[in-house]
Order: sequence, then structure tokens, then C-alpha cells
Amino acid sequence: MSGRVLSSPLGRIVRSGVGRKRVQTVVMTLTTLLAVAASVLAAGLLVDSQAPFERAFAAQHGAQLTAQINGATASAAQIAATAHAPVVTASAGPYPVASLHPVAGSGADLPAGTALKQMTVVGRSGPASTVDSMTLASGTWASGPDQVVLRAGPGQGTDFTLGSHVTFPDAPGRPTLTVVGFANSVSDTADAWVTPAQLTALSAGASQYQMLYRFTDATTGTQMNADRTAITAALPQGALTGAQSWLQIQLTADGQTAGFVPFVAAFGILGLLMSVLIVGIIVSGAVSSQTRRIGIIKALGFTPAQVVRAYIGQALIPAAVGAVLGVLAGNVLAIPALRDTETVYGTGRQTIPGWVDIAVAVTALALVVGAAWALALRAGRLRTVDAIAIGHAPPAGRGRWARRAASRLPLPRPVVIGLANPFTRPARTLAMTGAVLLGAASVTFALGLTTSLADAQHAPQVATLGNVVVNLGDAHPGIPIKGDPHLAAASPARVAADITAQPGTATYVGSADTTVGVAGITGGVSVIGFTGDTAWASYQMISGQWFTGPGQAVVPTRFLAATGDTLGDTVTLTKGGRQVSLRITGEALDTSEHGMQILTDLTSLDGLGLGLQPQQFNIQLTSGTDRTSYVDALNAKFASIAAQAQPNLDGGGTVTAAAQALAALLTVMIVAVAGLGVLNLVVLDTRQRVHDLGVFKALGMSPGQTIIMVLTSVAGIGLVAGIIGVPLGILTLDYVMPLMGNAIGTAIPSADINVYSLPELAALALGGIVIALAGAALPAGWAAGARPITALRAE
Amino acid sequence: MRQHGVPTAAGDVIRLDGVTRTYQTGAPPALANVSLAVAAGEALAVLGPSGSGKSTLLNLLAGLDKPTSGQVTVDGVRVDTLSEAASARYRRERIGMVFQFFNLLDDLTVLDNVLLPAQLAGMPSKRAQARATELLSYLRIDRHTRAYPGRLSGGERQRVAVARALMNRPPLLLADEPTGALDTASGHEVRNLLAQLNQDGQTIVLVTHDTTLAEACATRTIELTDGRIRRDTAAVAR
Ligand SMILES: Nc1ncnc2c1ncn2[C@@H]1O[C@H](COP(=O)(O)OP(=O)(O)O)[C@@H](O)[C@H]1O
Ligand SMILES: [Mg+2]
Repeated sequence: MSGRVLSSPLGRIVRSGVGRKRVQTVVMTLTTLLAVAASVLAAGLLVDSQAPFERAFAAQHGAQLTAQINGATASAAQIAATAHAPVVTASAGPYPVASLHPVAGSGADLPAGTALKQMTVVGRSGPASTVDSMTLASGTWASGPDQVVLRAGPGQGTDFTLGSHVTFPDAPGRPTLTVVGFANSVSDTADAWVTPAQLTALSAGASQYQMLYRFTDATTGTQMNADRTAITAALPQGALTGAQSWLQIQLTADGQTAGFVPFVAAFGILGLLMSVLIVGIIVSGAVSSQTRRIGIIKALGFTPAQVVRAYIGQALIPAAVGAVLGVLAGNVLAIPALRDTETVYGTGRQTIPGWVDIAVAVTALALVVGAAWALALRAGRLRTVDAIAIGHAPPAGRGRWARRAASRLPLPRPVVIGLANPFTRPARTLAMTGAVLLGAASVTFALGLTTSLADAQHAPQVATLGNVVVNLGDAHPGIPIKGDPHLAAASPARVAADITAQPGTATYVGSADTTVGVAGITGGVSVIGFTGDTAWASYQMISGQWFTGPGQAVVPTRFLAATGDTLGDTVTLTKGGRQVSLRITGEALDTSEHGMQILTDLTSLDGLGLGLQPQQFNIQLTSGTDRTSYVDALNAKFASIAAQAQPNLDGGGTVTAAAQALAALLTVMIVAVAGLGVLNLVVLDTRQRVHDLGVFKALGMSPGQTIIMVLTSVAGIGLVAGIIGVPLGILTLDYVMPLMGNAIGTAIPSADINVYSLPELAALALGGIVIALAGAALPAGWAAGARPITALRAE
Repeated sequence: MRQHGVPTAAGDVIRLDGVTRTYQTGAPPALANVSLAVAAGEALAVLGPSGSGKSTLLNLLAGLDKPTSGQVTVDGVRVDTLSEAASARYRRERIGMVFQFFNLLDDLTVLDNVLLPAQLAGMPSKRAQARATELLSYLRIDRHTRAYPGRLSGGERQRVAVARALMNRPPLLLADEPTGALDTASGHEVRNLLAQLNQDGQTIVLVTHDTTLAEACATRTIELTDGRIRRDTAAVAR
């Protein structure tokens, strides 16, 4: 819009048009704002979900090879020299490194003293580097003694907060460090970082070093093997004690994030559809409400082309303001949303790429111009007389049958008029139906998704089963339970007896796990044998049945896919030259061990001659039993043996929590856009019917009756849209959930997809009415409060 | 403003006491300190040039607008103090309105237009139907009962508007330039109709600048200039 146009008579018309219809202009700006914000967020998340690992890896100059080198074998100069190997393009290090077995200190979500998984701790003076340039998710970097930075995201990090403590019992002096920060290392180079000096103290002088490399070619396993060989060759024999390829990490990372993508995509598409629809609605509204004015200014001598230009300008001004504000709002909203995805993807801080902002804004404005152009062209071509004549009322005659039909209903007049109203302007009614429909579908989908994910997350697995868990023997290899190596070994039979005798025990199951060989699968496969109330331990079944006795086995989806077995087939487990054959009776929801795990009765494994004894007991308490005192009572019985009872805490769930938070945010935005779309359409409608409203009021229609009339004019649309939108949302869930499951290698039990109860469905269907009424409430109030004389005088 | 002394009569349908209506502060008032009493059965014609405040007066009587100061009493009701909802109820029960441009709803049949006030008031449908049929035949538009207003002539449309206005048997009928949009023949028709209604006892306030209309059906005439009453035939008679 150039200055020349704005100061021309045309420009004056544009400006006066924008200024005069203040409510409509505000609504249009607001709607564009929300639509653009939702699109920016949706598109940003979509982009974010595309190969998040690869992008984050590139951004951090991730380490393609993380090497651990023994400083006792290789000299500092020899280690440094590896950086100059011909295949290396960049390197970082050497950093001192140690493998430690920490326990939780005070301030953690775990009871103090709980053994943690083995941690790789690296001494680094800062997060930035030429390779593996980390980002701090929160807090600061370790700058002095007794400070530690933990790896952010899924895993141990979620049990700690800034200021909580970690104790290292296997380091000299059992030091306790304070968590000062959380860092994202996409290349997964360590679990924790401290200052180099602190590391030296922790490792008691054992000189292990970490080197990080990037290579000229590192995209295939073969190339990585060659690169690794080159590093090995540059060092003395045996100096390279371990090396981790980024391809392995990529595999795990992609497996984790894959489940997230279909859901983000579904919401993104819903959001974008809604935005396109709403922009169409507001522009057609802005232009069609002006048909009469168009007639008048044409009568004053404007050419059709000038008219078209004037109205494009008129639609463009609020749209442009809305688009700019929308881009800003979208980026602000993206901060919490992307923080969720960061946690899931394990990537560093993400922002909406600039090109997304520009693309969304330009698309929105192009849509506005396109719609305005088409509509203004039609209006511009209209014969002047017709434009003046039809501008203020719907073409007479349309929807009369509906009025006649409605007036037969034994309902108050305002209700009858309201009910028939949608039929007078079918296009507008369709648009409103579309907006409410998408809103209702989004709510349905979001609710279903949230329930599905929660159901799947809480589905019984050996890690989540029961309220209390008892562990026997070593917590981790080499780490004595309760930190005391001198305790007598616990007898599983005695522990089981103690549990049975303890008041408050409803039921329990014991389990032992081991690794066995399975024909056709390279590497070991984990197997869990259950004893006790095995029926209670049933996982959620996708198909078939939970095992009912020895000789039967239940496996996850991925296992079936890997072996090509189907239910009823026999799987042969081998170990130490012995073997047992089990019949597969069911397919269970189990994503642990990457979906490669066999679940069976413990006695099924007797044939392997391993003498397996339960190492863990999962206990269900009778309702009303106090968990803490129950745990304390059991631990008192276990005082002198290597057994420990703990409350069973829900672990993990990062993906689920993030997905639920995102679903909530996106749903709120989509519903808000839908509500604004309704508001815009109702404002338009009441504006065009302002004359009728004036007449109604002159005849004694009260404000209450006016509100009822306006609200009933959208209630029918809301109901129909809800009734169509709910199945649409369910279909979306039916489509997305298996995709999400498929991405993480499991089928989803139909119980976790068919999550809607009948009352819920009814309530959701009524949600359409709620959206419609909420959108219409404000304009209904305006219509009720408007003074009729102006409308009546307007003739 | 009592000192201007509006004579009080028990049968007064309308009483205006020192009514002023100013639209914009600083601008001259559209009505300036107007006091007026209209007795039941009178047909009052309000004359005056365009912009003299005639419609403003009518809107105040209809409760569509509120005076800046002064009191408006119609049929015993203090119209100027009514809430929005109460003034809607007041219009429904006590006022019938006829406009220059008919203000019929194009999407409703003649019958539905006429029924509307009764339906808004919640009159039982049987009684409303009977009343509408009676009015339509009294106003000789019963052959158009099922037609849409768009198909009628101007005179016929205005008769539908009058029927609609009389639906709830209002004590007061207000008409703003009822012949202003009509040709001579139709104007005649409406003029006779109003005269007939008044003879049957209907109190009417009629805004017009058509002196022949005023002469034909008014029992009393006032003339407004710049929001003030310049001439009142009743005052002359007294
Ligand atoms: N809603 C309004 N806002 C501002 N001024 C108004 C409004 N209605 C009427 N006026 C002004 O009040 C004066 C009287 O108007 P009106 O009562 O309509 O006159 P008449 O009906 O006699 O032509 C005029 O000057 C008019 O411009
Ligand atoms: Mg007037």
C-alpha cells in the first residue's frame, strides 16, 4: 500500500471502511492473528519433527565418534596427534573421563541412597566446543568444586532438579555434588559433566580420556569402521578402550522421536486447515458485507478495477496487522511447545525457523488477497443498482421454506427465527459448520490421544506393575544393595513368605530375567519368567492371551515381526547348550528392550537348567493400606538381608507428558480460532441484519429475546458440526495411534484406541454447540444492546 | 419545568414534561424543553421541516430513545426510566409503530409479519391467528395473507405495517411519515385508514410534513421548529 494510494480518494474509502467497521476490523485482525499464530506453531513443529536428530546433530557439530583412550597406554602427545589423522575434519578433547556408580542424594525425586545407573562423567570446562557444542537446557555450567551438570531429557536427569544432590560412593571420599545445570549433548557423549579438576578428584588419578571426532565421510557403517580403524592405527596398541558411533545414537534417537511425528503432523494439518478456512471466512465476510458500499461508490464513478483495489486494501490492512502480531505470538507460544519437543527429541534449544514465519505470513496474506480479489471482482462487476439493492439483506426468498417449517414448531418466536436463519445464507452456514467441525474434531482427537497415551503408558509392565517393588541382590553389577556389601544373600522363598505374611498385601508376582538365544535373531533376547500371581501380572494384550501356564510365551509386536512368527507358533530358547520350546499364545504391549522380550512362566525356563530365582517382586496393596508404612515394615524384616522394598514410582513418560501438553496447547488454539471464526460470522450476520433487528426491537423484542434469537441461529450449526466433528476426531485418532505405535515398533491394543465412553462422546458432540455459542455470545450481546433507531433511520 | 404548565387531564395518554434531547454536547438540542399532553382518542399530527426533531419525539414516545432531561409518561408508564427489557415489553404492549419505509421483514409472509408482535408477547397462537385474520380483513389485505411483502404495492405494504402495529391493541399508535414513500393514490388509502382508526377511538401520533394528511386525519396539530413547539392548534382552540 503506497502513500499515493492511501491519500487518493480510493485510499480514503479504504481507510474509512477499515475505521468505520471497528468491531469487524478488530475481529478480523484478531482472527488473522490467531490463525497465523496457530499456523506458525503448527508449521514450526512440523519442521521441527523432520529429522530432529540430524538437525540438532548438525547444529551442535555432533561427535561422529566418541572415543575413550587409556592415558596410561597413550601419551598426551599421541592422543593429541589423532586429531591430525587424514580422515579427521574436526576434533575436541582430550577430556578426562570416568565411569562411576552414583546414588541419589538429597533433593532428588528418588529416595536418598537409591542406586543410579552407571554414569559416564566427563571433565569439561564449558559446554561450547568445536565438536559436541552443547546447549544448556537450564542452570549453569560447572565452574567449581562439588558441582555437576547432568544430561537433560529422558533418563536419570528427570529425577533431579537444580540444587539437588548426587553422591559418588565409588569415588575417593564419597563426594556429594550439587546439580547446577542440565545440558543437551545430541551426540550423547556423557551422562554428567564436572570441571576437569573435579574429574581428576573423582577418578582418583585413573587416566582415561575422551576424544570427539568428525570425519570427511561418516554416513555409513562401513565408513565409520574405516574412520575408527584410522584412529586406532594412530594410537599405540590397545590404547583405544571404547568407541561409540553416532549412527547407533541416531538409531535410538530416531526410534524415540518417531512416535511423536504422526501426532504433531495430525495437529499441524488440523491447525493449517482451520487457518485457511478462517482466513477465507473473514475475507469473504469483509468484502461481502460491503456490497452495498461498493454499489454506492460505483455510483459515484469509481471503475470496477478501482473498487477491487479498494477492497483488497481494506481486507489487507487488518490482515497484515494480524499476520505480523500472529507471527510474534506464534514464536512466543513456540517457546514452551518447543521446550517439550526438545525434551523428547533430546535436542538443543529450538526456535521457529525464520522461513516458516515468512512463509506462513506470506501465505496468509496471499490467501487474503486472493479471496478479496475474487469477491471484490464479483462485487465490482455487479450492476450498481443491484449492489445497492441487495447489499443489506440476504437475497429475499432463500430459506423461506425453512422459516415456514420452523414456524410450525411449537417454540417461542425468537427461537423459530434463529433456527431458520442458517438456511438464508448457505455458504456462510457451511463455513461456520466447517470451523466448528474442525474445532470439535480437534478436541475429540486431543482428548482421545491424551487418554490413549496415558492408558498405554500405564499399561502394566514389569517396571510399572503394583504399588511396591522388592529387589533382591545387587542393584547394579558391582553395586551392593543398600550400599552394604556384607549383607547375607536374600532367599527368594523367604522374601515371598514375608510378603505373603505382611498385612496389606493383596497379591504379588515374582520375576527373574535373563538373556537367551532365539533362532533367527542375532544377539541375545531378554526373557522374563514370572512366578506367583502370574495372571495379575498380565500385560495389555494386542491379540491372543496372556500365558496361563508353563510352556506358553507372550511376546511384543516387534518380536513377532523380527522372527516372522505368528500366534500359535513355537519359539525355541537356547542357553548353554540347552533349549526349551514355548508356544506363543499372545502379543502384548511391551516397548521395553526395544520390543524384543519374551514373557513366560518362570517354570517354563526350568529346562534351561539355570536355577533362576525371582530377583524382583511386584506387590499390589489392598486398598487403604498406607504405602510408606508398608514399605517400612517390609524393610524392617529385611534389615539383615540383601533385599529392599521401595514404592513403585512411575518412570519415564517424557514423550507422553510432552505430547499431552502440546495436544492441550494446540487444541486450545484451534478451538479459539474456531470460536473467533464463529464470532466473525455472527458479527457479519447481525450487521447485515441490523435493519431486521431494529424492526424486531421496535416491535418489542427484548434484549433477552434478541440474545436467544442470535444464539439459536448458531446452536443448530454447532450441534450438526459436533455430530460430524466427533467421528472425524475419532477417525483421526484411529489413524494416528497405530502410526505412532508403528513408529516405535508396537501395535496398539484396541483398548488404548477405543478410549471414548458413550457419555464422553455425547459430551464431545455437544462441544460443537459450546464452541458455537461461545463464539456467538459476544455478538449476541452487542445485538441485544444495539440501539434500534440508527438502524431504522438508515433508510 | 412545571412552570410551563401542561394542563393535566385524567384521560391523558401522553405527557411530556420539559423534555430535552441533545445528541452531541455543544450541538443544539434536537428537542428543547418540550412539554405536551395528548388525551385519549386524539389524533395528533406533528408537523415541521426536516431536522426539526419530529422523529426524535416519536422515538422518545416509543421508548427507543431516552431524553437527556425531562419526563416522558405514556399510558401511565414513565417511559424515560425503563430498562432495555422493560422498554421492549412496553413497546410490545402499548405501542404500535408505522414507518415511512414500512420496515416489513421481507422473508416473512404478510401473515407472519402481522403475527410477530403477538408472538414476541407470547400470545396464545389461536388467539393471535384470530386477531390477525380480523385485522387483515378489516384492512382489506386478506387476499395477500400468504404473500411475501416484496410482491405488494406500497399502499398494501403500509396497510400490512398498520395491521402489525395494531396487533396487540396498543393504546397508542405512532406513525412516522406513513405516506412519505407512497404515490398519491396509495397515500390517500393510508390517510383514510388512519382517519377511520381514529374515529374508532385509536389514539394516534402522526409525524408528517404533508399538511393535507394532517388536515385529513388529525384532531390536533403541533408544529416543531428547531426542537421547539411553535404552534399548537389545541392551544389556539383553548
Ligand atoms: N442518532 C443521532 N445522532 C446525532 N444526531 C441526530 C441523531 N438523530 C437525529 N439527529 C439530529 O437531531 C436533529 C433532529 O432529527 P430528527 O428528529 O430526525 O428530525 P426530523 O425527523 O424532524 O427530520 C437533526 O439535526 C438530526 O441531525
Ligand atoms: Mg424524521
